[in-house]
Amino acid sequence: MFSRAYRTAITLPPLLWVALFLLVPYALLFCYSFWSVSPSQTIVHDWSLDNYRELFRVNVYLQTLFRSMWIAARVTIFSLLLGYPLAYYLSFYAGARKDLFYQLVIIPLWVSYLVRAYAWKTILGSDGVLNTLLQYVHLTKHPLEFLLYSPFAVVLTLTHIYTPFAILPIYASLEHIPRNLVEASHDLGASPLQTFWRVIFPLSIPGVLAGATFAFVLSLGDFLAPLLLGGPSGIMISNIVVSLFGAAYNWPLGAAISLCMLLLVLALLLLTEKLEKKWSFR
Amino acid sequence: MSDARSNSRWLPWHALGVFGFLYLPIVTLIVYSFNGPGVGGFPPRNLTLDWYRMLFADDAIWESVLNSLIVAFAAMGISLTFGIPAALALDRANFPGKALFRRLVLLPLILPGIITGLSLLMLFRAADVKLSLVTIVLGHGTALISVATTEVFAGLQKVDRAQEEASLDLGANYWQTFWRITIPNLRLSIIGAALLIFTLSMDEIAVSFFLIGRDNTLPLEIWGRLRRGITPEINAISSIIFVFSLIAIVGWYRLRINAEGKPETPAELVEVA
Amino acid sequence: MTTVIEPAIARSAKSGVQPLLAIRTIAKSFGKNPVLRDISLQIAEGEFMTILGESGSGKTTLLRIIAGFESADAGEIVMESERLDLLPPYRRRVNTVFQNYALFPHLSVEENVGYGLRVSKLSKDEIAARVSEALAMVKMTPFAKSKPANISGGQQQRIALARALVNRPRLLLLDEPLSALDANLRRQMQVELKSLQREVGISFVFVTHDQEEAMVMSDRIALLRMGELEQVASPREIYSRPATAYTAQFIGHTNLLRGDVRGNVARCNSLSWPVDLPDGPALFSLRPENIRLVTSGVGGADMNLIRFGGKVQNQAFHGATELLQIVCEDGLMVSVRTATREGRQGELHLEFSPADAVPVRESAERG
Repeated sequence: MFSRAYRTAITLPPLLWVALFLLVPYALLFCYSFWSVSPSQTIVHDWSLDNYRELFRVNVYLQTLFRSMWIAARVTIFSLLLGYPLAYYLSFYAGARKDLFYQLVIIPLWVSYLVRAYAWKTILGSDGVLNTLLQYVHLTKHPLEFLLYSPFAVVLTLTHIYTPFAILPIYASLEHIPRNLVEASHDLGASPLQTFWRVIFPLSIPGVLAGATFAFVLSLGDFLAPLLLGGPSGIMISNIVVSLFGAAYNWPLGAAISLCMLLLVLALLLLTEKLEKKWSFR
Repeated sequence: MSDARSNSRWLPWHALGVFGFLYLPIVTLIVYSFNGPGVGGFPPRNLTLDWYRMLFADDAIWESVLNSLIVAFAAMGISLTFGIPAALALDRANFPGKALFRRLVLLPLILPGIITGLSLLMLFRAADVKLSLVTIVLGHGTALISVATTEVFAGLQKVDRAQEEASLDLGANYWQTFWRITIPNLRLSIIGAALLIFTLSMDEIAVSFFLIGRDNTLPLEIWGRLRRGITPEINAISSIIFVFSLIAIVGWYRLRINAEGKPETPAELVEVA
Repeated sequence: MTTVIEPAIARSAKSGVQPLLAIRTIAKSFGKNPVLRDISLQIAEGEFMTILGESGSGKTTLLRIIAGFESADAGEIVMESERLDLLPPYRRRVNTVFQNYALFPHLSVEENVGYGLRVSKLSKDEIAARVSEALAMVKMTPFAKSKPANISGGQQQRIALARALVNRPRLLLLDEPLSALDANLRRQMQVELKSLQREVGISFVFVTHDQEEAMVMSDRIALLRMGELEQVASPREIYSRPATAYTAQFIGHTNLLRGDVRGNVARCNSLSWPVDLPDGPALFSLRPENIRLVTSGVGGADMNLIRFGGKVQNQAFHGATELLQIVCEDGLMVSVRTATREGRQGELHLEFSPADAVPVRESAERG
């Protein structure tokens, strides 16, 4: 139905733009990771694997990467634990208020990240709301130090930020489950709990995978929360990248780390896609 | 079904708890923006509007707000100009590299923002382009094409293909059909996308971080101040940002409801592609 | 078939056996909308009962109340001396075949069929044996390992049936299971379902809006209209002795003759015939096939038959028979069903027996 000219007209401009502003930059990223920086602060195109060797040689990079992955993993788990029951409640029990609750879930999602991270900073500090509250009601005598400037703060804040990201795909997949399947399961003698494990949960797995992927990938690459709340023990891999592009001025090394992150993310996406296909029964 | 309720009495409480977890920090923030002694300390007391007054006298902040607005509108323009055709292309055309194109367009959505930011920085470096608001606009515009594409693509699925065929049948050419039939049908998706892009651009930090020149956007201005220390002014501006975001998002949601069916946000739009 | 199959309920009532299921004064409203008002019905062992009604009549709601997916506002349901309505659906010895089959997409056919057995924790061997028995019964053995998405609608329907029956319920509920099938497959399945029911011996409660389907399959039909039972009787009974005008019109075609009775004579326009009814307005149902064309001449007529004449206004071809619209001189319009013959024109002479003019009640007005 659509003519060649039409199809060219709608394809070419976005294709060109995306090629110029996405493909080329990522390609540059790729190239930079093989270059190095000279003592005089210029980029040398010497095409070697030195940067990658550096990553494995110097402990701090791998350590930070694993710490970041561990933080991301915790964020993912907590987001799922908090998010799944809420999504389930929304889908199966909310009834007339479903719409309202759905809005309540997406609002935090889009309210400024900075605002929310900052909010936690003011709450968790030694003079912050939480500490002073605890002292006020005489639950503690001294401020709890671990609340801020620690991995704990990072995990807490990131969980706060990414739980809605986890809720939405889970909710979507739960909504897609025909309710007569639940009735059929009851009809055949399964209790509500059995019905959940045998019918509802398996059919919601694609949503869980999507939510987990979002939470994990986005937390892994986060650099704001660690900077604001992480302290020295909460540094994540993105912070290293940022400093390499800033004060530490080593673009090629930064590019190499970024490329590794990029590949890691792509690998995860591919894996989730395969798993989702396996668990999607359309 | 009636029996099920008694088994899961904890569910509503859990839901309440999670909502509390999601909203309490923000509510605390807003409450403390009126707090006399400033940030922290419990309970809040000496409620005052001082911090807001300070905020309104702060020129640097408002300059950055203006910058952010300029960037947001410009980015909106770019994202829609390229995102709408991209959605149409994904829906109607077959071309070599289509699968790659689709993934590429959606990548900025899921990739950590800094990767998109610093790769664009490398591009501008290589092209010897000075960093400024323009580079930020290009960064936001590119990163947010994915939002436009996913919203419009979802809207396209609900458009009646027969309408476009009828238009062609009645003598309109493709260009006319595009403007008279296709775009109006996608009106709600486009407005929804615009609203979302605007909101995201106003809050964008990761990409902006690398592409900033002399002029600050609002988030970066706030960020700079945070490095220097917390001031209650920041609570005030954060509260204002919250209110605006609230209005924007609820507005967007209502629009999508009017466009019939469930709204889809970028979080779940990855499966659309 | 010359044997008269007595409705099981009559049989069991005679022998003093308790009905399998007793529905007593069930009422249900959704908000302000009353969907079921005061329904009382009994289902005998081994009976094929059809609940027939238009959409909105409440038939699906009644079925769902029996299954346990809705709870009634009033009344009770008793199965084998136990209150069924107090149990959750997963503890009732009742199984349902859903309208859209509701097969579990993530399980294979045999896993679907065995679901209820696995949940009640039978041994693996027992489950395997009963599943293959059930699959054989619906002739779906080769598809045991397929996924529901890969089999046709008709095949899915059989699996839904097997999945329900394998649990050996006391009662099987079927919610318009054939409505998604095309006409030929539907007719075939009607026959198969009927013989399956005879073979298995379980009571079936079948819900449909298709009156032909109800007549083909049922031992008894319960006609539901706007939440109340119009009539409960065997297909033959309900066809030849409809109780109300609605019943007469809903099931098959009929002519509704509105008239007056005075002195044991019914008068409708220019027609009159003897009746044994009190004076007053009356309504009669006269089936089109009971109006016959006068073949012989005027002489030799049976004195009991009522004769009249009319012109053919319309002739609708139905294959073996045709339906004629006749306009009488006095303006009365009747439908007449007769054997097919081309080109009927002009004045026709018709006759019917007064016994075939069945008096029916006006259907109650319902808000």
